[in-house]
Amino acid sequence: MPDAQTKLYQVGTFAVGNRLLSPDERSVQAGIERSNTLTCGHRACQGCGEALGARYVLDAAMRATQGRLIAANATGCLEVFSTPYPESSWQLPWLHSLFGNAPAVATGIAAALKVKGRTDVRVIGQGGDGGTMDIGFACLSGMFERGDDVLYVCYDNEAYMNTGVQRSSATPPAARTATTKPVGDEPGNVFGQGKSAPLIAMAHEIPYVATATVADLHDLEAKVERAMELHGARYLHVFVPCPLGWGSAARDTIRIARLAKETGLFPVFEAEHGEITTVSKIRRPLPVEEYLRAQRRFAHLFGDPPRTDVISRIQARADRNIRRFGLLQDGGPS
Amino acid sequence: MDKPFAITLDVGTSLANKTGSWRTERPVYVDRLPPCNHACPAGENIQQWLYDAEEGGAGYERAWRRIMEDNPFPAVMGRVCYHPCETSCNRAQLDNAVGINSVERFLGDEAIREGWRIDVAAPSSGKRVLVVGAGPSGLSAAYRLARLGHDVTVRDAGPTPGGMMRFGIPTYRLTRDVLDAEIQRILDLGVTLHLNSKVTSILDAMQEGHFDAAFVAVGAHLGKRAYIPAGDAAKILDAISVLRSMEGEERPKLGRRVVVYGGGNTAMDVARTAKRLGAEEAVVVYRRTRDRMPARDLEVEEAEEEGVLIKWLSTIKQADGGRIVLERMELDETGFPQPTGELEELEVDSLVLALGQDTDLSLLDGVPEIEVDDGVVKVGPSMMTGYPGIFAGGDMVPAERTVTVAIGHGKKAARCIDAWLRGVAYEPAPKHELADFELLNTWYYADAPRSVQPQLELARRQSTFEEVTGGLEESTALYEARRCLSCGNCFSCDNCYGVCPDNAVIKLGKPGEPYAIDYDYCKGCGICAAECPCGAIAMVPETI
Repeated sequence: MPDAQTKLYQVGTFAVGNRLLSPDERSVQAGIERSNTLTCGHRACQGCGEALGARYVLDAAMRATQGRLIAANATGCLEVFSTPYPESSWQLPWLHSLFGNAPAVATGIAAALKVKGRTDVRVIGQGGDGGTMDIGFACLSGMFERGDDVLYVCYDNEAYMNTGVQRSSATPPAARTATTKPVGDEPGNVFGQGKSAPLIAMAHEIPYVATATVADLHDLEAKVERAMELHGARYLHVFVPCPLGWGSAARDTIRIARLAKETGLFPVFEAEHGEITTVSKIRRPLPVEEYLRAQRRFAHLFGDPPRTDVISRIQARADRNIRRFGLLQDGGPS
Repeated sequence: MDKPFAITLDVGTSLANKTGSWRTERPVYVDRLPPCNHACPAGENIQQWLYDAEEGGAGYERAWRRIMEDNPFPAVMGRVCYHPCETSCNRAQLDNAVGINSVERFLGDEAIREGWRIDVAAPSSGKRVLVVGAGPSGLSAAYRLARLGHDVTVRDAGPTPGGMMRFGIPTYRLTRDVLDAEIQRILDLGVTLHLNSKVTSILDAMQEGHFDAAFVAVGAHLGKRAYIPAGDAAKILDAISVLRSMEGEERPKLGRRVVVYGGGNTAMDVARTAKRLGAEEAVVVYRRTRDRMPARDLEVEEAEEEGVLIKWLSTIKQADGGRIVLERMELDETGFPQPTGELEELEVDSLVLALGQDTDLSLLDGVPEIEVDDGVVKVGPSMMTGYPGIFAGGDMVPAERTVTVAIGHGKKAARCIDAWLRGVAYEPAPKHELADFELLNTWYYADAPRSVQPQLELARRQSTFEEVTGGLEESTALYEARRCLSCGNCFSCDNCYGVCPDNAVIKLGKPGEPYAIDYDYCKGCGICAAECPCGAIAMVPETI
């Protein structure tokens, strides 16, 4: 699957493409025939991880469905930056209704297609972490338990970015947001709150649940392709750094996503019917500090004196993920 | 216009919104100088020929032809070059340096096996150039001058061409069939070669043969002597004569116990040769320590593996029939060896001096404006001596004395001679900025440790003159070529095209121009530059 390595090539499967790879080994993004489902001129910030993630996912889904795809979008950055009336950046049938009802709208589209006998057309629902995990969560859980034929994609940038970086249930502990100020004994977002949407999705025992990041394109595309091979409710959770909300350099978006995976803070795996089937191993293990230091939302941990106590609590979270999901290579780190 | 209630604008695509106006920095594709190319004394475009070789199949011939643009001896290079390219290779900081030298050898051998030829590239210029010395430098110059359309005559004092490649490098490092094949390819370009034809006066030779210019590269074939009090019966030889006589009818008789005095590569070559000739003991005596020894690490290691002993911090005080006296030395604060008075005796059958070589410059006697300093001839940046039209290179000019440096001299001199004959000055192309390791994003390179060249078994290395290091198999050579990181130059990995959140990289797919930035939409986020594996994109501030 995703981590098959072609060791002979300069860049193996890590880069987007390579002149030495056969075309079927290259990513969708390497081809000039890719759909560019989210095209130029959108108003996402410089270095937007969500814009990148959405194009990655939808272009792969477009290829997997031969272009027969409809998307329902929740309110959020992705909707706002792509469709300031009268412009649209979408190059597929795309529909926006409310903040909290994207899974239900997607369900409705799927039901209508079924009635019309259009089994060739597939449906994607998508939104940010706020629309998915907080506001639209009831609709999402309903979509899962009914087994509606929708792939729902959550682009997780760990806060409400569109409205000014307010905390969501995906915001990590200690992170500064507009509503979790870096003050007091426990600066930033508190420990012990929030939830894991992928694990909750797995609890519904739906056919397919996966996580991915914008740092590993081949893995992400393979997961979209796998999801489109299946029918019923499917869930894909994509980690998309936000330079504006996280206070990171625009150029570092992919690097930060890579660090989230390599430190163990964001476990990358896939599950079918509630059971984990594959886990992306850590290639070059790193302490969480490498990840935290690149973002101003954690800058208060590196003041004078630094909050080593808080940093080690975050490290403990990463270590727990590494144990729980078995993120290290066999025989330990290389 | 007729619009629905409360609607004032036409619907349309976001392509109307030129987000390029947000940009404060723009990404620009650049070519940087890879460290291998930078380090190559022969000026090979190593990265480019590795790039060609990476394709395998027809790519090998293209790669070989690319080497031949700069160096007519790929198979020789692949055996004797000390590969400074590998020493400077950025991949060494990731796992191991790319085995450039072994790939070059593969390509060189492939060319000989396949019989690939080179043609003269230019029409005849009508100019005649005399090359004195058929060593690496002279042949390199002759090759290039012939390809530029000049009428070239090479004269050499020896009975066979090759210079130090033949008379200085033992066969276990360079087989003679390979050397002969690569020299023959140069002669096939129409170069005239006169052997056993020592030039005693360069000016006379030029006048007699109506030559318009000359390149003098007579090498350094005179072994240096040191004063050692010696009795009549002492058998003292010089290293370069020993190595030269290996090419003759009769092999030198060195005896069972051989002592070599000196610490350079030649000392190692002689000691290893002595072992192969049947010496039970081959001892190298060197007055300083290993870290100060001029011999290459690889040569010392291989010599020690073959049983050559090295006496560090020792000088030879006296030599008598069958016996030498050594004195132990100590390094002073400046690192210079000082005698200690502690003596030791060794039984020897022959003592070989490997103390460096001098050059025979008598052919330049009487030529005005030629400057000789410390036994070598001074040349300008164009390799021209003080006398217009006479150029010099190789071991007889001040530089490191290696085959590769000599070949580089020949190439450079040929370019400058060509320019001089046409009445212009040779202008080298400006150098690009160096592609440092820090510019790379090494995440994208697969872990691929270096392949190892097969080595001849130790027992055979001690008794025969077979080649010690073997060549790579085709698949291994391909693997090795593909380990190249392509530092500083795009290799079409599609990363920039894939990672742009604004879809603002255009894939052109043209050779030499794989991509372009769409500045109408590029917001200048810099992800393409950050995620470029090889550092081929620079972010340049916009002028506002």
